[in-house]
Amino acid sequence: MSIASIENKLLEATVKLIEAAAVWLPDDVENALLKAYEIENIPATRSFLKAMIDNVKIAREKRLPICQDTGVVMFHAAVGDKFPFTGLLPSILRKATVEATKRIPLRPNTIDVFTGKNPGDNTGRYMPWIDWDFVEGSDTAEITVLLKGGGSEVIGRAKNLIPAEGLKGVMKYVIEAVYEAGPQPCPPIIVSVGIGPNVSTAMKLAYKGLLRPVGQRHEIPEVAKFEEELLRAINDIGFGAHGMRGKVTALDVHVDYAPRHPATLSVAVVINCWAARRASMRIYPDGRVEYLTHPHLNKEVV
Amino acid sequence: MAEYSLRTPLSEEDVRKLDIGDVVYITGTVVTLRDAGHRRALELLARGERLPIDLKDLVLYHAGPVVRKVDDRWEVVVIGPTTSTRMEVYEYEMIEKTGLRMIIGKGGMGPRTAEACKKYGAVYTVYPGGAAALQASQVKRVVDVYWLDLGVPDAMWVLEVENLGPLTVVIDSKGRNFYDEVYAEARRKIDTEIYPRLGIK
Ligand code: SF4
Repeated sequence: MSIASIENKLLEATVKLIEAAAVWLPDDVENALLKAYEIENIPATRSFLKAMIDNVKIAREKRLPICQDTGVVMFHAAVGDKFPFTGLLPSILRKATVEATKRIPLRPNTIDVFTGKNPGDNTGRYMPWIDWDFVEGSDTAEITVLLKGGGSEVIGRAKNLIPAEGLKGVMKYVIEAVYEAGPQPCPPIIVSVGIGPNVSTAMKLAYKGLLRPVGQRHEIPEVAKFEEELLRAINDIGFGAHGMRGKVTALDVHVDYAPRHPATLSVAVVINCWAARRASMRIYPDGRVEYLTHPHLNKEVV
Repeated sequence: MAEYSLRTPLSEEDVRKLDIGDVVYITGTVVTLRDAGHRRALELLARGERLPIDLKDLVLYHAGPVVRKVDDRWEVVVIGPTTSTRMEVYEYEMIEKTGLRMIIGKGGMGPRTAEACKKYGAVYTVYPGGAAALQASQVKRVVDVYWLDLGVPDAMWVLEVENLGPLTVVIDSKGRNFYDEVYAEARRKIDTEIYPRLGIK
Protein backbone atom coordinates (compact mmCIF):
# COMPACT_ATOMS: atom_id res chain seq x y z
CA MET A 1 0.00 0.00 0.00
CA SER A 2 1.21 3.50 -0.78
CA ILE A 3 1.62 6.04 1.99
CA ALA A 4 -1.28 8.07 0.62
CA SER A 5 -3.64 5.11 0.71
CA ILE A 6 -2.51 4.16 4.21
CA GLU A 7 -3.09 7.74 5.27
CA ASN A 8 -6.62 7.66 3.87
CA LYS A 9 -7.36 4.36 5.48
CA LEU A 10 -6.15 5.50 8.89
CA LEU A 11 -8.12 8.71 8.55
CA GLU A 12 -11.32 6.75 7.91
CA ALA A 13 -10.49 4.39 10.78
CA THR A 14 -9.98 7.34 13.15
CA VAL A 15 -13.28 9.00 12.16
CA LYS A 16 -14.91 5.69 12.96
CA LEU A 17 -13.08 5.57 16.28
CA ILE A 18 -14.39 9.02 17.24
CA GLU A 19 -17.89 8.04 16.16
CA ALA A 20 -17.70 4.88 18.28
CA ALA A 21 -16.69 6.97 21.28
CA ALA A 22 -19.51 9.47 20.75
CA VAL A 23 -22.37 7.03 20.20
CA TRP A 24 -21.38 3.77 21.88
CA LEU A 25 -20.55 3.76 25.59
CA PRO A 26 -17.78 1.23 26.35
CA ASP A 27 -19.09 -2.03 27.82
CA ASP A 28 -17.27 -1.58 31.13
CA VAL A 29 -19.08 1.72 31.74
CA GLU A 30 -22.49 0.45 30.61
CA ASN A 31 -22.18 -2.63 32.82
CA ALA A 32 -21.29 -0.44 35.79
CA LEU A 33 -24.46 1.61 35.16
CA LEU A 34 -26.57 -1.54 34.97
CA LYS A 35 -25.08 -2.67 38.25
CA ALA A 36 -25.87 0.70 39.84
CA TYR A 37 -29.47 0.36 38.68
CA GLU A 38 -29.67 -3.02 40.41
CA ILE A 39 -28.20 -1.72 43.65
CA GLU A 40 -30.23 1.48 44.04
CA ASN A 41 -33.72 1.48 45.55
CA ILE A 42 -34.78 5.15 45.69
CA PRO A 43 -37.44 5.65 42.95
CA ALA A 44 -36.15 8.99 41.59
CA THR A 45 -32.60 7.64 41.46
CA ARG A 46 -33.77 4.53 39.67
CA SER A 47 -35.83 6.49 37.17
CA PHE A 48 -32.79 8.63 36.38
CA LEU A 49 -30.53 5.60 35.97
CA LYS A 50 -33.13 3.95 33.78
CA ALA A 51 -33.27 7.05 31.57
CA MET A 52 -29.47 6.98 31.25
CA ILE A 53 -29.41 3.28 30.39
CA ASP A 54 -32.24 3.69 27.85
CA ASN A 55 -30.35 6.62 26.42
CA VAL A 56 -27.22 4.53 25.93
CA LYS A 57 -29.25 2.00 23.94
CA ILE A 58 -31.03 4.60 21.81
CA ALA A 59 -27.73 6.36 21.06
CA ARG A 60 -26.14 3.10 19.99
CA GLU A 61 -29.04 1.99 17.81
CA LYS A 62 -29.64 5.33 16.12
CA ARG A 63 -25.95 6.26 16.05
CA LEU A 64 -26.60 9.48 17.93
CA PRO A 65 -24.25 11.16 20.39
CA ILE A 66 -24.83 9.86 23.91
CA CYS A 67 -24.67 13.41 25.28
CA GLN A 68 -25.22 16.70 23.51
CA ASP A 69 -21.95 17.94 24.95
CA THR A 70 -19.61 15.89 22.81
CA GLY A 71 -16.76 17.51 24.67
CA VAL A 72 -13.22 18.32 23.75
CA VAL A 73 -11.45 15.74 21.60
CA MET A 74 -8.46 14.34 23.48
CA PHE A 75 -6.23 11.67 22.00
CA HIS A 76 -3.74 9.45 23.71
CA ALA A 77 -1.19 7.78 21.45
CA ALA A 78 1.02 4.97 22.75
CA VAL A 79 3.43 4.51 19.89
CA GLY A 80 5.99 1.74 19.45
CA ASP A 81 9.51 2.81 18.51
CA LYS A 82 9.30 0.56 15.46
CA PHE A 83 5.89 1.81 14.34
CA PRO A 84 6.35 3.19 10.82
CA PHE A 85 3.67 5.91 10.62
CA THR A 86 4.24 8.04 13.73
CA GLY A 87 4.88 11.14 11.63
CA LEU A 88 1.49 10.80 9.92
CA LEU A 89 -0.50 10.64 13.13
CA PRO A 90 -0.82 14.34 14.11
CA SER A 91 -2.34 15.37 10.79
CA ILE A 92 -4.53 12.25 10.62
CA LEU A 93 -5.93 12.85 14.09
CA ARG A 94 -6.62 16.48 13.28
CA LYS A 95 -8.31 15.76 9.97
CA ALA A 96 -10.35 12.98 11.54
CA THR A 97 -11.60 15.42 14.18
CA VAL A 98 -12.79 17.85 11.51
CA GLU A 99 -14.46 15.09 9.52
CA ALA A 100 -16.07 13.48 12.59
CA THR A 101 -17.46 16.85 13.68
CA LYS A 102 -19.29 17.09 10.37
CA ARG A 103 -20.34 13.51 10.04
CA ILE A 104 -21.60 12.44 13.49
CA PRO A 105 -22.12 15.46 14.16
CA LEU A 106 -20.13 16.62 17.17
CA ARG A 107 -20.91 19.92 18.82
CA PRO A 108 -18.22 22.48 17.93
CA ASN A 109 -16.68 23.17 21.31
CA THR A 110 -13.32 24.87 20.77
CA ILE A 111 -13.39 28.59 21.51
CA ASP A 112 -10.18 30.53 21.02
CA VAL A 113 -9.31 32.14 24.33
CA PHE A 114 -7.97 35.35 22.80
CA THR A 115 -10.18 35.95 19.77
CA GLY A 116 -13.33 34.35 21.16
CA LYS A 117 -13.80 32.64 17.79
CA ASN A 118 -15.09 29.11 17.38
CA PRO A 119 -13.77 27.54 14.16
CA GLY A 120 -16.72 25.14 14.20
CA ASP A 121 -14.71 21.97 13.68
CA ASN A 122 -13.33 21.18 17.16
CA THR A 123 -9.79 22.15 16.22
CA GLY A 124 -7.71 25.12 17.26
CA ARG A 125 -4.32 25.86 18.76
CA TYR A 126 -3.05 22.46 20.04
CA MET A 127 -6.49 20.98 19.36
CA PRO A 128 -7.34 18.14 19.14
CA TRP A 129 -5.07 17.50 22.10
CA ILE A 130 -2.61 14.61 21.75
CA ASP A 131 -0.72 12.98 24.63
CA TRP A 132 2.14 10.76 23.55
CA ASP A 133 3.70 7.70 25.14
CA PHE A 134 6.49 5.71 23.56
CA VAL A 135 6.60 1.96 23.86
CA GLU A 136 9.96 0.29 23.54
CA GLY A 137 10.26 -2.69 21.23
CA SER A 138 6.73 -2.38 19.81
CA ASP A 139 5.85 -1.91 16.14
CA THR A 140 2.20 -0.92 16.72
CA ALA A 141 0.43 2.24 17.87
CA GLU A 142 -2.50 2.30 20.25
CA ILE A 143 -4.73 5.33 19.82
CA THR A 144 -7.41 6.21 22.36
CA VAL A 145 -9.86 9.04 22.00
CA LEU A 146 -11.65 10.60 24.96
CA LEU A 147 -14.52 13.02 24.46
CA LYS A 148 -14.38 15.16 27.58
CA GLY A 149 -17.54 17.09 28.42
CA GLY A 150 -17.40 20.47 30.10
CA GLY A 151 -19.63 19.71 33.07
CA SER A 152 -17.18 17.26 34.54
CA GLU A 153 -13.97 18.90 33.31
CA VAL A 154 -14.87 22.02 35.23
CA ILE A 155 -14.36 20.05 38.44
CA GLY A 156 -10.73 19.05 37.71
CA ARG A 157 -8.22 20.48 40.15
CA ALA A 158 -4.73 20.10 41.54
CA LYS A 159 -2.89 21.21 44.66
CA ASN A 160 0.44 21.00 46.39
CA LEU A 161 -0.22 19.47 49.78
CA ILE A 162 2.11 19.72 52.72
CA PRO A 163 4.05 16.41 52.71
CA ALA A 164 3.04 15.84 56.33
CA GLU A 165 -0.58 15.58 55.20
CA GLY A 166 0.38 12.30 53.54
CA LEU A 167 -2.00 9.91 51.82
CA LYS A 168 -4.78 10.87 54.24
CA GLY A 169 -4.41 14.41 52.97
CA VAL A 170 -4.73 13.10 49.41
CA MET A 171 -7.90 11.25 50.34
CA LYS A 172 -9.39 14.31 51.97
CA TYR A 173 -8.56 16.46 48.95
CA VAL A 174 -10.33 14.01 46.63
CA ILE A 175 -13.38 13.59 48.87
CA GLU A 176 -13.78 17.36 49.22
CA ALA A 177 -13.51 17.76 45.43
CA VAL A 178 -16.31 15.23 44.93
CA TYR A 179 -18.39 16.84 47.67
CA GLU A 180 -18.06 20.33 46.21
CA ALA A 181 -18.86 19.06 42.73
CA GLY A 182 -22.12 17.56 43.95
CA PRO A 183 -24.49 16.80 41.10
CA GLN A 184 -22.69 19.08 38.63
CA PRO A 185 -20.46 16.53 36.85
CA CYS A 186 -23.40 14.18 36.20
CA PRO A 187 -22.75 11.40 38.69
CA PRO A 188 -22.21 8.49 38.92
CA ILE A 189 -18.73 9.71 38.10
CA ILE A 190 -15.35 8.15 37.46
CA VAL A 191 -12.70 9.73 39.64
CA SER A 192 -9.07 9.66 38.57
CA VAL A 193 -6.31 10.75 40.90
CA GLY A 194 -2.62 11.41 40.23
CA ILE A 195 0.00 11.88 42.93
CA GLY A 196 3.52 13.11 42.23
CA PRO A 197 6.33 15.60 42.74
CA ASN A 198 4.49 18.51 41.12
CA VAL A 199 1.02 19.33 39.87
CA SER A 200 2.00 18.78 36.24
CA THR A 201 3.02 15.13 36.67
CA ALA A 202 0.11 14.53 39.03
CA MET A 203 -2.36 15.90 36.47
CA LYS A 204 -0.78 13.90 33.67
CA LEU A 205 -1.16 10.71 35.67
CA ALA A 206 -4.73 11.58 36.58
CA TYR A 207 -5.66 11.95 32.90
CA LYS A 208 -3.91 8.73 32.05
CA GLY A 209 -6.02 6.98 34.67
CA LEU A 210 -9.09 7.69 32.54
CA LEU A 211 -7.76 5.25 29.93
CA ARG A 212 -8.18 2.39 32.37
CA PRO A 213 -11.49 0.48 32.16
CA VAL A 214 -14.00 0.78 34.99
CA GLY A 215 -13.48 -2.03 37.48
CA GLN A 216 -9.81 -2.57 36.74
CA ARG A 217 -7.61 -2.18 39.83
CA HIS A 218 -4.07 -0.82 39.89
CA GLU A 219 -1.44 -3.56 39.59
CA ILE A 220 0.28 -2.52 42.82
CA PRO A 221 -1.72 -3.94 45.77
CA GLU A 222 -1.24 -0.90 48.04
CA VAL A 223 -2.55 1.40 45.33
CA ALA A 224 -5.42 -0.97 44.58
CA LYS A 225 -6.38 -0.94 48.26
CA PHE A 226 -6.21 2.85 48.33
CA GLU A 227 -8.53 2.96 45.30
CA GLU A 228 -11.02 0.70 47.01
CA GLU A 229 -11.01 2.72 50.22
CA LEU A 230 -11.52 5.91 48.31
CA LEU A 231 -14.33 4.43 46.21
CA ARG A 232 -16.14 3.28 49.33
CA ALA A 233 -15.72 6.69 50.98
CA ILE A 234 -17.02 8.53 47.92
CA ASN A 235 -20.03 6.25 47.60
CA ASP A 236 -20.78 6.74 51.29
CA ILE A 237 -21.23 10.46 50.60
CA GLY A 238 -24.59 9.39 49.22
CA PHE A 239 -25.17 11.69 46.24
CA GLY A 240 -26.19 8.85 43.90
CA ALA A 241 -27.05 9.41 40.23
CA HIS A 242 -27.34 13.15 39.53
CA GLY A 243 -27.58 13.89 43.23
CA MET A 244 -30.91 12.07 43.57
CA ARG A 245 -29.37 10.29 46.60
CA GLY A 246 -28.10 6.75 46.53
CA LYS A 247 -25.31 4.27 47.00
CA VAL A 248 -23.47 4.78 43.74
CA THR A 249 -21.89 8.23 43.45
CA ALA A 250 -18.81 6.91 41.65
CA LEU A 251 -18.54 3.99 39.25
CA ASP A 252 -14.85 3.70 39.99
CA VAL A 253 -11.76 5.43 41.33
CA HIS A 254 -8.39 5.21 39.58
CA VAL A 255 -5.17 6.24 41.26
CA ASP A 256 -1.62 6.37 39.97
CA TYR A 257 1.52 7.98 41.28
CA ALA A 258 5.12 9.00 40.73
CA PRO A 259 7.60 9.57 43.57
CA ARG A 260 7.35 12.88 45.37
CA HIS A 261 10.15 15.31 46.09
CA PRO A 262 11.13 15.51 49.79
CA ALA A 263 9.51 18.93 49.96
CA THR A 264 6.39 18.24 47.90
CA LEU A 265 3.29 16.11 47.67
CA SER A 266 1.16 17.08 44.71
CA VAL A 267 -2.28 15.72 43.97
CA ALA A 268 -4.53 16.11 40.95
CA VAL A 269 -8.14 15.00 40.50
CA VAL A 270 -10.03 14.69 37.26
CA ILE A 271 -13.61 13.63 37.09
CA ASN A 272 -15.41 12.00 34.24
CA CYS A 273 -19.16 12.05 34.05
CA TRP A 274 -21.08 8.77 33.65
CA ALA A 275 -20.97 9.41 29.89
CA ALA A 276 -17.32 8.31 29.85
CA ARG A 277 -16.82 8.25 26.12
CA ARG A 278 -13.66 6.41 25.26
CA ALA A 279 -12.57 4.32 22.28
CA SER A 280 -9.25 2.65 21.42
CA MET A 281 -7.72 1.09 18.36
CA ARG A 282 -4.41 -0.55 17.53
CA ILE A 283 -2.66 0.18 14.25
CA TYR A 284 -0.32 -2.49 12.91
CA PRO A 285 2.80 -1.80 10.83
CA ASP A 286 1.01 -2.96 7.67
CA GLY A 287 -1.70 -0.35 8.23
CA ARG A 288 -4.27 -2.82 9.55
CA VAL A 289 -6.52 -1.53 12.35
CA GLU A 290 -8.01 -3.42 15.27
CA TYR A 291 -10.66 -1.80 17.46
CA LEU A 292 -10.10 -2.66 21.10
CA THR A 293 -12.97 -1.10 23.06
CA HIS A 294 -15.51 -1.59 20.25
CA PRO A 295 -14.61 -4.97 18.73
CA HIS A 296 -17.85 -5.14 16.72
CA LEU A 297 -16.29 -2.55 14.41
CA ASN A 298 -13.61 -5.02 13.37
CA LYS A 299 -16.18 -6.83 11.25
CA GLU A 300 -16.90 -3.66 9.31
CA VAL A 301 -13.25 -2.99 8.55
CA VAL A 302 -11.53 -4.31 5.48
CA MET B 1 -42.62 11.17 46.15
CA ALA B 2 -45.32 11.56 43.53
CA GLU B 3 -45.27 11.38 39.77
CA TYR B 4 -47.10 13.85 37.52
CA SER B 5 -47.74 14.33 33.83
CA LEU B 6 -48.31 18.00 33.12
CA ARG B 7 -49.29 19.92 30.02
CA THR B 8 -48.37 23.48 29.11
CA PRO B 9 -49.53 26.16 29.70
CA LEU B 10 -48.97 25.37 33.38
CA SER B 11 -51.20 26.98 35.97
CA GLU B 12 -49.94 28.32 39.27
CA GLU B 13 -51.88 25.53 40.91
CA ASP B 14 -50.08 22.92 38.78
CA VAL B 15 -46.70 23.93 40.12
CA ARG B 16 -47.69 24.88 43.66
CA LYS B 17 -48.68 21.29 44.34
CA LEU B 18 -45.23 19.96 43.45
CA ASP B 19 -42.79 18.97 46.21
CA ILE B 20 -39.06 18.45 46.01
CA GLY B 21 -38.28 14.92 44.89
CA ASP B 22 -41.45 14.60 42.78
CA VAL B 23 -41.01 13.30 39.26
CA VAL B 24 -42.66 15.18 36.39
CA TYR B 25 -43.18 14.57 32.67
CA ILE B 26 -44.01 17.57 30.49
CA THR B 27 -46.04 17.73 27.29
CA GLY B 28 -46.33 20.98 25.36
CA THR B 29 -44.01 23.91 24.74
CA VAL B 30 -40.56 24.43 26.21
CA VAL B 31 -38.17 27.25 25.33
CA THR B 32 -34.39 26.96 25.57
CA LEU B 33 -32.10 29.72 26.82
CA ARG B 34 -28.54 29.65 28.07
CA ASP B 35 -26.41 32.47 29.52
CA ALA B 36 -26.31 34.65 26.42
CA GLY B 37 -30.04 34.21 25.82
CA HIS B 38 -30.87 35.16 29.40
CA ARG B 39 -28.80 38.31 29.05
CA ARG B 40 -30.54 39.33 25.85
CA ALA B 41 -34.01 38.53 27.20
CA LEU B 42 -33.44 40.68 30.28
CA GLU B 43 -32.06 43.54 28.18
CA LEU B 44 -35.15 43.51 25.99
CA LEU B 45 -37.49 43.34 28.98
CA ALA B 46 -35.62 46.18 30.69
CA ARG B 47 -36.23 48.34 27.62
CA GLY B 48 -39.90 47.48 27.82
CA GLU B 49 -39.79 45.33 24.69
CA ARG B 50 -41.39 41.96 24.28
CA LEU B 51 -39.70 38.61 23.86
CA PRO B 52 -40.24 36.77 20.56
CA ILE B 53 -42.39 34.33 22.53
CA ASP B 54 -44.32 35.07 25.70
CA LEU B 55 -42.92 32.78 28.41
CA LYS B 56 -45.89 33.18 30.71
CA ASP B 57 -46.93 29.77 32.11
CA LEU B 58 -44.37 28.03 29.93
CA VAL B 59 -41.25 26.00 30.62
CA LEU B 60 -37.75 27.45 30.31
CA TYR B 61 -35.03 24.99 29.52
CA HIS B 62 -31.29 25.47 30.16
CA ALA B 63 -30.07 23.65 27.08
CA GLY B 64 -28.25 24.00 23.82
CA PRO B 65 -29.28 21.39 21.28
CA VAL B 66 -27.32 19.79 18.46
CA VAL B 67 -29.51 20.47 15.43
CA ARG B 68 -29.48 19.93 11.69
CA LYS B 69 -31.49 21.41 8.89
CA VAL B 70 -33.42 18.90 6.83
CA ASP B 71 -34.82 20.63 3.74
CA ASP B 72 -36.12 23.83 5.26
CA ARG B 73 -36.86 22.49 8.71
CA TRP B 74 -34.76 22.27 11.82
CA GLU B 75 -34.42 18.93 13.47
CA VAL B 76 -33.06 18.24 16.95
CA VAL B 77 -30.32 15.60 16.70
CA VAL B 78 -29.68 15.45 20.44
CA ILE B 79 -30.48 17.74 23.34
CA GLY B 80 -29.77 17.79 27.05
CA PRO B 81 -29.49 20.13 30.02
CA THR B 82 -26.55 22.38 30.70
CA THR B 83 -25.32 23.35 34.18
CA SER B 84 -27.86 25.76 35.64
CA THR B 85 -25.65 27.51 38.17
CA ARG B 86 -24.44 29.87 35.45
CA MET B 87 -28.00 31.18 35.09
CA GLU B 88 -28.51 31.86 38.81
CA VAL B 89 -27.67 35.57 38.40
CA TYR B 90 -30.48 36.06 35.88
CA GLU B 91 -33.24 33.77 37.00
CA TYR B 92 -34.98 35.78 39.71
CA GLU B 93 -35.63 38.55 37.26
CA MET B 94 -36.62 36.13 34.51
CA ILE B 95 -39.25 34.51 36.71
CA GLU B 96 -40.46 37.86 38.00
CA LYS B 97 -40.76 39.51 34.61
CA THR B 98 -41.99 36.67 32.41
CA GLY B 99 -44.23 34.61 34.67
CA LEU B 100 -42.62 31.37 33.56
CA ARG B 101 -43.70 28.39 35.64
CA MET B 102 -41.00 25.81 35.34
CA ILE B 103 -37.28 25.64 34.70
CA ILE B 104 -35.44 22.54 33.51
CA GLY B 105 -31.69 22.24 33.92
CA LYS B 106 -29.07 20.26 35.73
CA GLY B 107 -26.77 20.69 38.68
CA GLY B 108 -29.04 22.85 40.86
CA MET B 109 -29.71 26.55 41.46
CA GLY B 110 -29.32 28.93 44.36
CA PRO B 111 -31.31 30.89 46.93
CA ARG B 112 -32.34 33.77 44.66
CA THR B 113 -34.05 31.40 42.25
CA ALA B 114 -35.67 29.61 45.17
CA GLU B 115 -36.98 32.95 46.44
CA ALA B 116 -38.51 33.79 43.07
CA CYS B 117 -40.06 30.32 42.81
CA LYS B 118 -41.74 30.83 46.15
CA LYS B 119 -42.88 34.35 45.48
CA TYR B 120 -44.21 33.93 41.94
CA GLY B 121 -45.13 30.23 41.87
CA ALA B 122 -42.52 28.36 39.83
CA VAL B 123 -40.32 25.28 40.22
CA TYR B 124 -36.84 24.26 39.18
CA THR B 125 -36.45 20.70 37.92
CA VAL B 126 -33.55 18.64 36.63
CA TYR B 127 -33.24 16.23 33.76
CA PRO B 128 -30.58 13.50 33.90
CA GLY B 129 -27.61 15.15 32.22
CA GLY B 130 -26.13 13.20 29.38
CA ALA B 131 -29.33 11.43 28.36
CA ALA B 132 -29.40 13.38 25.13
CA ALA B 133 -30.49 10.76 22.63
CA LEU B 134 -33.41 9.69 24.81
CA GLN B 135 -34.46 13.27 25.19
CA ALA B 136 -34.28 13.96 21.47
CA SER B 137 -36.88 11.21 21.05
CA GLN B 138 -39.16 13.20 23.40
CA VAL B 139 -38.92 16.35 21.25
CA LYS B 140 -41.65 16.19 18.63
CA ARG B 141 -40.71 19.22 16.60
CA VAL B 142 -38.90 22.52 16.45
CA VAL B 143 -41.66 25.12 16.46
CA ASP B 144 -39.41 28.13 15.99
CA VAL B 145 -35.97 29.52 16.59
CA TYR B 146 -34.91 33.08 17.44
CA TRP B 147 -31.59 34.82 18.06
CA LEU B 148 -29.53 32.47 15.90
CA ASP B 149 -26.93 35.24 15.78
CA LEU B 150 -25.94 34.05 19.28
CA GLY B 151 -24.92 30.72 17.77
CA VAL B 152 -26.87 27.47 17.61
CA PRO B 153 -26.44 26.41 21.27
CA ASP B 154 -27.29 29.87 22.65
CA ALA B 155 -30.24 30.64 20.40
CA MET B 156 -33.82 30.55 21.67
CA TRP B 157 -35.35 27.27 20.52
CA VAL B 158 -39.08 26.78 20.88
CA LEU B 159 -39.76 23.07 21.08
CA GLU B 160 -42.85 20.95 21.17
CA VAL B 161 -42.25 18.03 23.53
CA GLU B 162 -44.13 14.93 24.54
CA ASN B 163 -43.62 13.37 27.96
CA LEU B 164 -40.30 15.09 28.42
CA GLY B 165 -38.77 13.47 31.48
CA PRO B 166 -38.03 12.14 34.02
CA LEU B 167 -37.69 15.57 35.59
CA THR B 168 -37.15 15.77 39.33
CA VAL B 169 -38.31 18.79 41.29
CA VAL B 170 -35.22 20.24 42.99
CA ILE B 171 -36.62 23.63 44.04
CA ASP B 172 -40.32 23.78 44.81
CA SER B 173 -42.51 26.82 45.36
CA LYS B 174 -42.50 26.36 49.13
CA GLY B 175 -38.92 27.37 49.68
CA ARG B 176 -37.32 23.95 49.78
CA ASN B 177 -34.20 22.99 47.84
CA PHE B 178 -33.61 19.28 47.36
CA TYR B 179 -29.91 19.63 46.68
CA ASP B 180 -29.36 21.78 49.81
CA GLU B 181 -30.76 18.90 51.80
CA VAL B 182 -28.65 16.34 49.91
CA TYR B 183 -25.54 18.45 50.49
CA ALA B 184 -26.29 18.86 54.18
CA GLU B 185 -26.71 15.11 54.57
CA ALA B 186 -23.50 14.48 52.64
CA ARG B 187 -21.56 16.91 54.86
CA ARG B 188 -22.88 15.21 57.94
CA LYS B 189 -21.86 11.78 56.63
CA ILE B 190 -18.39 12.95 55.66
CA ASP B 191 -17.73 14.58 59.03
CA THR B 192 -19.32 12.03 61.32
CA GLU B 193 -18.81 8.73 59.49
CA ILE B 194 -16.33 8.83 56.62
CA TYR B 195 -13.53 10.95 58.09
CA PRO B 196 -13.56 9.29 61.52
CA ARG B 197 -13.43 5.87 59.84
CA LEU B 198 -10.46 6.88 57.69
CA GLY B 199 -8.72 8.72 60.54
CA ILE B 200 -8.88 12.03 58.68
CA LYS B 201 -8.79 15.46 60.42
S1 SF4 C 1 -21.08 16.23 32.43
FE1 SF4 C 1 -20.97 14.61 30.86
S2 SF4 C 1 -22.98 13.65 30.82
FE2 SF4 C 1 -23.18 15.58 31.89
S3 SF4 C 1 -23.83 17.01 30.33
FE3 SF4 C 1 -21.60 17.18 30.46
S4 SF4 C 1 -20.78 15.72 28.97
FE4 SF4 C 1 -22.95 15.25 29.26
